[in-house]
Amino acid sequence: MYVAVKGGEQAIARSLELLAEARRGDKAVPELELAQIREQLRLGVARVMQEGSLYDEELAALAIRQAAGDMLEAIFLLRAYRTTLPRFGYTRPLDTAAMRVRRRVSGTFKDIPGGQVLGPTYDYTQRLLEFDTAPIPTTQPADTALPASMPRVLDLLDAEALIERIDPGSDPEPVDLTREPLMFPANRATRLQNLARGDEGFLLGMAYSTQRGYAENHPFAGEIRMGEVDVVICPDELGFPIEIGSITLTECQMINQFHGGNGTPPQFTRGYGLSMGEGERKAMSMALVDRALRCDELAEANQAPAQSQEFVLSHSDSVEASGFVQHLKLPHYVDFQAELSLLRTLAVQHTADADEQPLSVTTGAQA
Amino acid sequence: MTPRYNFAFLDEDTKRMLRRALLKAVAIPGYQVPFGSREMPLPYGWGTGGIQVTAALLGPDDVLKVIDQGADDTTNAVNIRRFFSRVAGIATTERTADATLIQTRHRIPETSLREDQILVFQVPEPEPLRTLEPREAETRTLHALADYGLMHVKLYEDIAQYGRIATSYDYPVLVDGRFLTSPSPIPKFDNPKLDRSPALMLFGAGREKRLYAIPPYTRVESLAFDDHPFELQSWEHHCALCGSNDSYLDEVVVDDSGTRMFVCSDTDYCSGHRPEARA
Repeated sequence: MYVAVKGGEQAIARSLELLAEARRGDKAVPELELAQIREQLRLGVARVMQEGSLYDEELAALAIRQAAGDMLEAIFLLRAYRTTLPRFGYTRPLDTAAMRVRRRVSGTFKDIPGGQVLGPTYDYTQRLLEFDTAPIPTTQPADTALPASMPRVLDLLDAEALIERIDPGSDPEPVDLTREPLMFPANRATRLQNLARGDEGFLLGMAYSTQRGYAENHPFAGEIRMGEVDVVICPDELGFPIEIGSITLTECQMINQFHGGNGTPPQFTRGYGLSMGEGERKAMSMALVDRALRCDELAEANQAPAQSQEFVLSHSDSVEASGFVQHLKLPHYVDFQAELSLLRTLAVQHTADADEQPLSVTTGAQA
Repeated sequence: MTPRYNFAFLDEDTKRMLRRALLKAVAIPGYQVPFGSREMPLPYGWGTGGIQVTAALLGPDDVLKVIDQGADDTTNAVNIRRFFSRVAGIATTERTADATLIQTRHRIPETSLREDQILVFQVPEPEPLRTLEPREAETRTLHALADYGLMHVKLYEDIAQYGRIATSYDYPVLVDGRFLTSPSPIPKFDNPKLDRSPALMLFGAGREKRLYAIPPYTRVESLAFDDHPFELQSWEHHCALCGSNDSYLDEVVVDDSGTRMFVCSDTDYCSGHRPEARA
């Protein structure tokens, strides 16, 4: 009997049971607790919060567990929850200059006011698998505590007028890309919002391409800083700002060469990246791509993929990309049938036309 | 019903935004209206646009039918129907005639639709010119100028090369003599059903964040040339299950030696035309 399109409902129910079983794994092994994921897989949690556009460690941990560790699926789960949440209000702009820094490095100056601070980083771990569980070392507090806030490295250059100035007041009110469609050309705030939600792997590849000659813009890591930043809102009914908590952020400010043009003198320009939690690779990639996407504004030749707004911004989102690539596994019987019959018609015609010249059809013989 | 979500999943503000965009779409037939597409709990490319349109239109008394490839029991159709049962608790049906709202992917039902029915299409790529011009800023300008030369040249080149227009689905149409429009990837067999349809036809593209509409009784022409008129697909076979020879047929491979069987793609139409149903 003809069964190919029957039984979808039952098949889905059975598949969900298999999935739940596979996700749980061996029941002799204790189930992961959310606190374990939150505490011991914090970088995964940070990525899910960042690309899921929702700062909530508990929900991100839940999504990671439900997705069996598939980060893109976890991001999707968090996004699908976030979309139902009402907007109570908007925060004041975050002041990353007042960040309580835990890590801060600059590739442009050997020493900087406040110092270079490595903090917790994988950079110098030598990547040897630690087969034996080593005892956790107790950290010693530093002799002198880090300053409460550190000046930004780029502000030092700014004092000498060597780097472009960006007037915060000239920024238009940013649109919310989860409420408004992305339209082209997109301004910088909109582009940054898109990049902030964009897939880390995609941005990493795009950023890498700019270093290999596709939109070369000679970057220097002016400053990368990570730490806690206060979140402040100013409710209408109160009329004064109140602090509602703090979040961990990673900020990257790239310094890029610029030879002058479009009425602007030669000076350094900026590329900006920001990521929730510890997300250095993401923040750095974002900063490089941000700078590449500023080519039109700076009258640079626009010829590389990383410089094309429509190319980068339309393809950066992992939830969009993953959904559309994987929709190919949905049935396409009807379209395929249409192509099949067309191809059969063309094949018959091809055989019939075998002796004729390829363009003979325009003479009317085929009409 | 899942009580922790609003009726039909989306919050009422979002539904209002969608309805306003749909009204604009109906007012300008075939024009792609950008809208604040929400992230949905189903993947992009799997019907998020159609689902949002359906969610914005559903009322408690609606009867929903969902088809994919013409069939009610393909997994994606089942899943979307299950989703709305879960978040809206509305009645569902597999019978075209009983539905007030039909969400579809890739087909238009064979049974004629009525004025009191709405057909919602899932659209992967709303821009009919996209494969000819990838830049959105450019295609919007071409639509504004009604400059559809690119598409006519493409069709002409098909004829020059193959002797016929080699587009078999997602066959471009001109809506109300003005906007070049993608009918979504329905086979061109279904294109005539778009013309002057008594039912409202709404198109939702979630990933691309566009909505458009073909209002009832709107003129919809499939592009063609005077000497190369629009042609429909036809089959030498009849449906192996109901014997119909005027519906769209799916080809099914039934055994290892490649034996083929042709059956109606529209499962509701097929079951209504079987000898036992007619008797």
